[in-house]
Amino acid sequence: MSKRIVVNNLNVYYGKFKAVEDVDMVIEPRSVTAFIGPSGCGKSTFLRTLNRMHEVIPGARVEGDVLVDGENLYGPGVDPVEVRRLIGMVFQRPNPFPTMSIKENVLAGVTLNAKHLSSSRKDEIVEKSLSGANLWEEVKNRLELPGSGLSGGQQQRLCIARAIAMSPEVLLMDEPCSALDPISTLAIEDLIQELKETYTIVIVTHNMQQAARVSDSTAFFNIAGTGAPGKLIEMGPTEKIFSTPDNQQTEEYITGRFG
Amino acid sequence: MSTTVAQKSIPSLTAGKLPRGTTPGVLVASVVVTGAVTALFGGFNLAGTVVGGIVVFLVAMYAASWAVEGRRKASDRLATHLVFGAFALALIPLASVTWEAVSNGVARFDVQFFTYSMRNVVGAGGGAAHALVGTLWVTGLATLISVPIGLMTAVYLSEYGRGTLARSITFFVDVMTGIPSIVAGLFAFAVMSILVGPGTVSGLSGAIALSVLMIPVVVRSTEELLRIVPNELREASYALGVPKWRTILRVVMPTALSGIVAGVILAIARVIGETAPLMIAAGFTQSMNANPLSNAMMTMPVFVYDSYAHPGVDVLPYTERSWAGALALIAIVMILNLVGRFIAARFAPRTGR
Repeated sequence: MSKRIVVNNLNVYYGKFKAVEDVDMVIEPRSVTAFIGPSGCGKSTFLRTLNRMHEVIPGARVEGDVLVDGENLYGPGVDPVEVRRLIGMVFQRPNPFPTMSIKENVLAGVTLNAKHLSSSRKDEIVEKSLSGANLWEEVKNRLELPGSGLSGGQQQRLCIARAIAMSPEVLLMDEPCSALDPISTLAIEDLIQELKETYTIVIVTHNMQQAARVSDSTAFFNIAGTGAPGKLIEMGPTEKIFSTPDNQQTEEYITGRFG
Repeated sequence: MSTTVAQKSIPSLTAGKLPRGTTPGVLVASVVVTGAVTALFGGFNLAGTVVGGIVVFLVAMYAASWAVEGRRKASDRLATHLVFGAFALALIPLASVTWEAVSNGVARFDVQFFTYSMRNVVGAGGGAAHALVGTLWVTGLATLISVPIGLMTAVYLSEYGRGTLARSITFFVDVMTGIPSIVAGLFAFAVMSILVGPGTVSGLSGAIALSVLMIPVVVRSTEELLRIVPNELREASYALGVPKWRTILRVVMPTALSGIVAGVILAIARVIGETAPLMIAAGFTQSMNANPLSNAMMTMPVFVYDSYAHPGVDVLPYTERSWAGALALIAIVMILNLVGRFIAARFAPRTGR
């Protein structure tokens, strides 16, 4: 249940502005890939192109290919809705649906897509997803309560449960811990380690220790200056990037000399 | 030898405080004094005394507070009193209208009023059942016409529309908000005259007139509410592979539902008291007519106006019925508001733990 992603020669534009330039990358299945880099360097933008979420923003477009197990996401006739069912996403700020209970939030992907399941099958999905997100024990007695009543860390794990309830192949995480305290962050990081057994995970983070802790390979993005497009500077195994990077900019960034 | 260190004087952290009860005391004293002074010069009148007394009170309190508590506190009190005064002033018409309508309307606010029409009634007796039925039909139909059109327009404007078309729709909706209601009545009358035949009046025609007034209100309030639904929720839904139309229907609309319902109820309350367009488009009659598709249909506001403006020889029963009609209208609007609040509270996004 995980797939290799190959990105060829990808450019991302917002209207006339080129936000990300010429990215080539291979993301291995069943591994965690971290994107690091200074603010505004296009990591999040690039992440959103991996499940065509950037198209939600008016004027955004993409040149190049994103191949998931050889199938081009930007090929003719590809439905972005189907792409997003295959590649789930967790956002920076926890965003459970305020009108739904915990249980309804987990099942949101199923019910919003009007799939009809038996109630026992639904219960099964709820338990499996919440257990998968390490949240089951905390909420099993209050599944009918609103999801927005949980703490920030619990809400974020609820959002992860909601994403994995769709049984995606790939899970994209856009700074999933930046709004959380250290203990909730630890819970999410442990969860990422467990999830990578099943899913391909791509995580954007501003926290280099986090990248070093959770990821197998790391990609460093940078921009030449304001208005210039973001570029992929270097990508490699996390250990190498954090010890002996090939590129001068990467070294300066990870040693904290800028950014 | 002692050196004097230049010491910064520490300002006192304490300040004087006017004793409790000063405010009402000064208020009463001001009004009494003003009344006494005007009476002394033989020019006493109640309204003048109250207004003058309040002005004296504002000045006196400001001065007293400045003397005892300092300037900042005095300004604070002055602002508080002005704000409170504005609130009380705004409340006076409301209280007055309610009081007048209840005290005058209660005489005929009885079972007969709601069960009898005015057919063959001269003088006392009779009721407004025909007008009540008419108002329910006309307003109900107007709601049925305006809510779908208004909601869909608002969804287009907030979720899809951009560029010239959306801008011009917004512009024309704003223009529509400003249409005088009598023009809406003429429009409906003209439309029905062309479609059905010259001089057609009916409940449906009245409903069309009211929906011309209602649609812009529904559009604007709904659009505002849809816009404040956080984009994160839309993105969360898209990321689950939910198509846009389903996201709007199942995530965006439910999140804004309580506000939308409240907006629709307010729009209904706004048009239910319209008189002029209904006199033209729905006409008026003394008989019960439960068929909104043909013939004139009486409505509450028209009933109130007609009873008051064209009484029979014995004026009193007509005036009493007019007031009872006004009271019934107020009651209907209030019930609608309560229902709206209940629905809003029921469907509001759940937060608590």
